[in-house]
Amino acid sequence: MTIRAEGLALSAGGEPVLHPVSLELAPGLPNVLLGPTGAGKTTLLRLLAGLDRPSEGRLFAEGQEVTGQPVRRRSVAMVYQQFINYPTLSVFENIASPLRVARLKRAEIEQRVREAARLMRLEPYLARRPLELSGGQQQRTAIARALVKRAALVLMDEPLANLDYKLREELREELPKLFAETGSTFVYATTEPAEALLLGGYVATLSEGRVTQFGRAGEVFRRPADLATARVFSDPPLNEAPARCEGGRLVLDSGPVLPAPVGGLAEGPCTIGIRAHQVSLETLPGAVPLPATVRVAEVTGSESYVHVTAGGRDWVVLAPGVRRPEPGQEVTLWLDPQRCLVFGVDGRLAAVAALAEAA
Amino acid sequence: MARIAFERLAHGYPGSSAYALKPMDMVWENAGAYALLGPSGCGKTTLLNIVSGLLRPREGRVLFDGHDVTALPTERRNVAQVFQFPVVYDTMTVRENLAFPLRNRGVPAAQARMRVEHVAGLLGLAGMLDRRARNLGADDKQKISLGRGLVRDDVAAILFDEPLTVIDPHLKWELRSRLKELHRQVPVTMIYVTHDQTEALTFADRVVVMSEGEVVQVGTPEALFERPAHSFVGHFIGSPGMNFLPCAVEGDAALLPGGHRISLPRAYGPLTGKVELGIRPEFAALAQEGLPVTLRRIEDLGRRRIARVELQGVPFAATLPEGMVVPAEPRLALDPARLHVYADGRLVEGRG
Amino acid sequence: MAKPVDNRAWFLVLPVVALVAFSALIPVMTVVNYSVQDSFGNNEFFWNGTGWFKELLDPSTDLGGRFLDALWRTLLFSGLCLLIEVPLGIGVALTLPRRGWGVAASLVLLALPLLIPWNVVGTIWQVFARRDIGLLGAAVNGLGIEYNYAQSPLAAWVTVVAMDVWHWTSLVVLLCYAGLRAIPDAYYQAAKVDGASSWAVFRAIQLPKMQRVLTIAILLRFMDSFMIYTEPFVVTGGGPGNATTFLSIDLVKIALGQFDLGKAAAMSIVYNLIVLTVCWIFFATTTRSQSEAVQ
Repeated sequence: MTIRAEGLALSAGGEPVLHPVSLELAPGLPNVLLGPTGAGKTTLLRLLAGLDRPSEGRLFAEGQEVTGQPVRRRSVAMVYQQFINYPTLSVFENIASPLRVARLKRAEIEQRVREAARLMRLEPYLARRPLELSGGQQQRTAIARALVKRAALVLMDEPLANLDYKLREELREELPKLFAETGSTFVYATTEPAEALLLGGYVATLSEGRVTQFGRAGEVFRRPADLATARVFSDPPLNEAPARCEGGRLVLDSGPVLPAPVGGLAEGPCTIGIRAHQVSLETLPGAVPLPATVRVAEVTGSESYVHVTAGGRDWVVLAPGVRRPEPGQEVTLWLDPQRCLVFGVDGRLAAVAALAEAA
Repeated sequence: MARIAFERLAHGYPGSSAYALKPMDMVWENAGAYALLGPSGCGKTTLLNIVSGLLRPREGRVLFDGHDVTALPTERRNVAQVFQFPVVYDTMTVRENLAFPLRNRGVPAAQARMRVEHVAGLLGLAGMLDRRARNLGADDKQKISLGRGLVRDDVAAILFDEPLTVIDPHLKWELRSRLKELHRQVPVTMIYVTHDQTEALTFADRVVVMSEGEVVQVGTPEALFERPAHSFVGHFIGSPGMNFLPCAVEGDAALLPGGHRISLPRAYGPLTGKVELGIRPEFAALAQEGLPVTLRRIEDLGRRRIARVELQGVPFAATLPEGMVVPAEPRLALDPARLHVYADGRLVEGRG
Repeated sequence: MAKPVDNRAWFLVLPVVALVAFSALIPVMTVVNYSVQDSFGNNEFFWNGTGWFKELLDPSTDLGGRFLDALWRTLLFSGLCLLIEVPLGIGVALTLPRRGWGVAASLVLLALPLLIPWNVVGTIWQVFARRDIGLLGAAVNGLGIEYNYAQSPLAAWVTVVAMDVWHWTSLVVLLCYAGLRAIPDAYYQAAKVDGASSWAVFRAIQLPKMQRVLTIAILLRFMDSFMIYTEPFVVTGGGPGNATTFLSIDLVKIALGQFDLGKAAAMSIVYNLIVLTVCWIFFATTTRSQSEAVQ
């Protein structure tokens, strides 16, 4: 089912909680809401579910207006961050519960529960109680219960946040198959950029109650429409340098001068954004040096995150291999103009260089 | 500050003869940064609680600088702890929160004030000392919890129990790097419990990987990444984890499923049990030449791409090099220097 | 969580509105009606305007003096009850076991006094404290302490206050216990690590975390004790003299004893307003201090 929001907004006590949102959400690929805590993800989910009534705007399901229709009469299922199951019922009965409420025939219930259990790989545990399962299995039970209804719209609010890292990885791999196999429209809220990319669908970035961009995950990542989007969709955080555009050159406030990556940039103040993996500690052809002081280095085994202070700002550089420069050590960062994002004074994306768009 | 040692330490919960923590000997050096890494239920929190004194082990001894502290209660051990969910004293200001452990120990007010201001400076809390602690964000609250540990100059060790669980990703970076900087400035033994490998590897000098109540490997992040001693470590460290291919090894060659033969960097004697070849996705790439594979999916992680392929029905993760167009007939190239052989899950040392 | 929007839901409230109108609104209007009239029996009523209210609020008149005396007695009683029951309740709640079979046992034991009807409580204490056959009364007198609640105002006060403490401390205990149980273990562990004494733990963790339930406990206990009637009426009947004549007892004396419906009606309105005002002030100040703390 295609869900369309037209200027959906919510305010409380005269203060806007969510600024008008217009989106079209389709089945097949997940629709990820990405943003930090308090950005409005849960608010938007609740509006889409019909749990809250929008103060403005309209909501359509398959072209039919459903604004204000109670959630009970809509085909919606929800999965929460906490594993919500009935503790006294078996896994089978937990999954079957929405069907029992809907008074389906016994055989039909049996068949649908088995199918959902197969998808979520819960078949061996159907007779157990939720508390006898691992966290991952408990959350799979909750997801299976949401699936079994065959709801047209399935909303997931940070469903993996309470799981162990490796379990999260496992479910992240399984979920895209699920999204493709069932005909439901999935909306998935998360705070983690990596998760938004891994799920590989559409992303709506949220910042301070505003949807800043909506598009394919990879495209939004590589061509963020504005600074807010780039910040939300960067992990480690986006490195930023205030600068001025003067006659085809970008003059950083801290001194260094870069040739503009593309022509036709408006003169005046701008912000250069560059992600950690696009900055180098080694000289690159065409790159400009930027002096920096090491704060601390973190080694992940194959790569190192070197935290530095450059031009009075905290930057993170992702360097290949194991590097442990001493804190306080002076290093040179190499900025390749071809890997930079340039944001205008209004925060809008002014230029995206060729290599910043590459993988 | 202390060197922490465990002697034949083991623990089980009442009413069960099974070990929650299997017998172990280990030493944590003074002023080291250690991480206890493992999935839920691996015993890492049990071990942490034994160090802090919240739990008394069933067997063995805990030594701080050679002194047996096994029977000492928490308050007499000089340890500080930061919990998963931030604990602040609601009615107090940030300053009062930081001064609380000092006040409880009867430290003179003037001295306490100096310590509090020093620690607040280290943590970046100086500007909010007189604000009420309960109104702050989760990250600042965690800084306060940490500050209550740092404020005592006699603290033997600071224990962290999954401290970044409720912190947003971009704040995690700030808090983590600050923690690391702090460890440089204040040389105190730090022990960090987590299920998140990135947190463990980036924080610690040495990572203790645990599984099912057992220490599987202790090592530097590089060692755990490059030479996992156990297939569990290979799988748990790295994202995605190490690939394991069933194989037969003959001297310095491995026979892979489908009859492919590849040469190994070292030679091996006769092996028994389940023999597997382990290689990390970082050292396996799609290429024009190599083993024929079936492509299942490409994962676009933004800064790199992972190809999920199958080799004779065995799932395998490989790197898709930057700028490479997905080949129609993908082949897999393995970096021979990075191949490891495992028998029944344990790393086998080769010759040469 | 679920908050479907449907304005027809308001219809569901109608039965309650009807019930409240019948059970509360109509009686209150009757009382207001009486309060502005005077009656000499025979169901004859005369308009008296605000006469009763003026008399009531002027301490120099008979009615006013009597009202003020009863008001002070009632406030003193409520104050004593709160002063004893709240600290005692917190203290008991802190000593209750937190796990094991002791939890259920002590909760059942504590709940027992709450289950006894008011007049039965009164009767129990009336007998219990009698100097001739009462266990308590006889024992105290046996120790050589003169104790007779029927003659000594002090003994009468001690008896009614002790009775209220016996009856209602459990409520404070149960509420505080619920508040204490809601504190996550990590707080206690952190306090241990910080080397906090039991007193510091109480001040820094337990008391702040009990603030909300304590607000409710104090409010409930104030309202109940300020409106107490049955128990002291059964034990002392308001005596000796007028020593334990609380507002509620005085009200009944005027209304039913002297059948002064107008005076009694005016008095009950003022009484009611006092309760409402005190509760409102209390509620407003505590919730404001809490919401300030949150901002």
